[in-house]
Amino acid sequence: MSYTENDLAEDLQNQEYKYGFVTNLDSETVPKGLSEDTIRLISAKKEEPEWLLDYRLKAYEIWLQMTEPTWAHVHYEKPDFQDIIYYSAVKQKKYESWDDVEPEMKETMKKLGISMDEQKVLTGTNVAVDFVMDSVSVATSFKEKLSELGIIFCSFSEAVKTHPELIKKYMGTVVPTSDNFYAALNSAVFTDGSFCYIPKGVRCPMELSTYFRINEKGTGQFERTLVVADKGSYVSYLEGCTAPMRDENQLHAAVVELIALDDAEIKYSTVQNWYPGDKNGLGGIFNFVTKRGVCEKNAKISWTQVETGSAVTWKYPSCILKGDNSVGEFYSVAVTNHFQQADTGTKMIHLGKNTKSTIISKGVSGGKSNNSYRGLVQIHKNATNARNFSQCDSLLMSDECGAHTFPYIECKNSSSKIEHEATTSKIGEDQIFYCQQRGISSEKAISLIVNGYCKEVLNQLPMEFAVEAQKLLAISLEGSVG
Amino acid sequence: MITIKNLHASIDGKEILKGLNLEVKPGEVHAIMGPNGAGKSTLASVLAGREEYEITEGTVDFDGKDLLDLKTEDRAREGLFLAFQYPIEIPGVSNINFLRAALNEIREYRGEEPISAKDFLILVREKSAIVELDPKLASRSVNEGFSGGEKKRNEIFQMAMLNPKLAILDETDSGLDIDALRIVANGVNKLKSKDNATIVITHYQRLLDYIIPDFVHVLYDGKIVKTGTKELALDLEERGYDWIKEEMSL
Repeated sequence: MSYTENDLAEDLQNQEYKYGFVTNLDSETVPKGLSEDTIRLISAKKEEPEWLLDYRLKAYEIWLQMTEPTWAHVHYEKPDFQDIIYYSAVKQKKYESWDDVEPEMKETMKKLGISMDEQKVLTGTNVAVDFVMDSVSVATSFKEKLSELGIIFCSFSEAVKTHPELIKKYMGTVVPTSDNFYAALNSAVFTDGSFCYIPKGVRCPMELSTYFRINEKGTGQFERTLVVADKGSYVSYLEGCTAPMRDENQLHAAVVELIALDDAEIKYSTVQNWYPGDKNGLGGIFNFVTKRGVCEKNAKISWTQVETGSAVTWKYPSCILKGDNSVGEFYSVAVTNHFQQADTGTKMIHLGKNTKSTIISKGVSGGKSNNSYRGLVQIHKNATNARNFSQCDSLLMSDECGAHTFPYIECKNSSSKIEHEATTSKIGEDQIFYCQQRGISSEKAISLIVNGYCKEVLNQLPMEFAVEAQKLLAISLEGSVG
Repeated sequence: MITIKNLHASIDGKEILKGLNLEVKPGEVHAIMGPNGAGKSTLASVLAGREEYEITEGTVDFDGKDLLDLKTEDRAREGLFLAFQYPIEIPGVSNINFLRAALNEIREYRGEEPISAKDFLILVREKSAIVELDPKLASRSVNEGFSGGEKKRNEIFQMAMLNPKLAILDETDSGLDIDALRIVANGVNKLKSKDNATIVITHYQRLLDYIIPDFVHVLYDGKIVKTGTKELALDLEERGYDWIKEEMSL
């Protein structure tokens, strides 16, 4: 590994939230507030077809009837939905080539560590990126190279124009508009996101990745991601997120839908590092996200998430194991510090025979934060020989934090086998002392111990991401012990 | 190497060390024996820098530096090593990574470059042989799932890797069978040089058959009450500690 202990030490010097800067670019924003007019305006700006506007308006109708969910173990001041800007786009239209990109935008990407440089593939970075800032996708790399294989990888808005049949066919099939309050809101006002289609039998040769960035003040980000893996195909998808440091709470309500057709496999990895608010709990992103995938016959969906950011997280990447022999996996590390709150977990819905799911959840809580695992394992009556294994571990770093586990199991088939293991431990002073006695500083010791604790999950991440995640864990836990 | 003068230390308001004096010179091996509760492990903990203990009086000079003024990790970086009586498990952190982190922090403290991957592996191979440690253990998580004997051997392996000036072995013999004891003791002997020193804390004379001490001290009620050569250990084995109490009229 090229990343050395020294690099880590260096990164630790830089303990503050590193991505808290703002880019000064001319943006076009719509007035604050949500109404049918706002939706029509967004739709018009994006030059959308009639059917999509109808979809939005229907979703809006549904949303108006709904109320915010309150069952999660989180407390926050409800966002004022009339005080949010629902559309903000950098004035420059979509760039035709890399040379068109303004220096400010290039600088932003550089600071975020995003490389759009396709030449770099030669030096080992094998990731195609779609960069979404505020409401729109700014740039997508490697599009041509991927299209040679028939892979479609572009912004959601572009896909609406170029592949309306695919969007129409799949959008909303996994997360219906009426699914929940935030999914309905997203369906009404979503602005952009990524779309990806892998044709039959194709193994995507590089990691596909979307980087989400909130830049503009007062905006919410509502993006949709749709990944369709056709029969027998494979894709590994990465998602990263950051936002500037502000003392207001900004809303991020995304919808991610994954569709794995027969024998296909989708690996979806997230490193979520939205601004978590300051030490006193001021500001930070509200991250209310609906992520779900459906597996047809023999298909597999694997969710891996490292959640270190956001003031409040409400997120349950789930799998519907519809086809026989399909497999769902959920690997999660959720870190909360200071006043952060996370209520996260998964749902594994076993419908098909011989379906299998694995849940590995590692919660790390420090400061005065609250960290909850909430999971549902549901075995339907036709899911003969379904299997589930769940492991939920909590690591406490301080005396004032909270760790909670809410596992739900519903089983309607007696041939199934469900296992659930859970542990709670406090980071050991003995462990830290042991490291110090060998010459390792206490901060480094904590980082070693926590990384060790999360290893099973971190091992699931692609290499570039794993290194990033390790650094992030160390930084997020600064000042967490007490 | 180390000069301890009139050391007083207490925990939760209870005084454990009550004016301890000890001097260890380079090249020497000192054994510290004593009944349960005499303060042997406290001495090891205090020197290593455990925060629970409060030092109320006394000085410790370690190679010209005020040891008590140094942070725990800096004591280690200056060359003080403690082989734990109960080595700690760190799940998910491989022995190798742990040692490389430690070694590199020590090197950085001394203004040296981090060790190259190749040199590090050579060092691991060479040093694991000293304690006949299965190289597979080196890539397993630190002490996790190790047997009692493997844990103790791993301590000496770490000592070999970090090459300290002063090693304190806190009841390294406890829980070892005869074979493991011999291997551990041989390891310690191989690491001995004229420039380093060892303090062996033990309950039993048995270990001292293998690691021959230059001096044997009896620690009783927080003080060193008697010092002799290895024959003293034999006496203790035979007669227990009561005669010392009488002799000292304690």
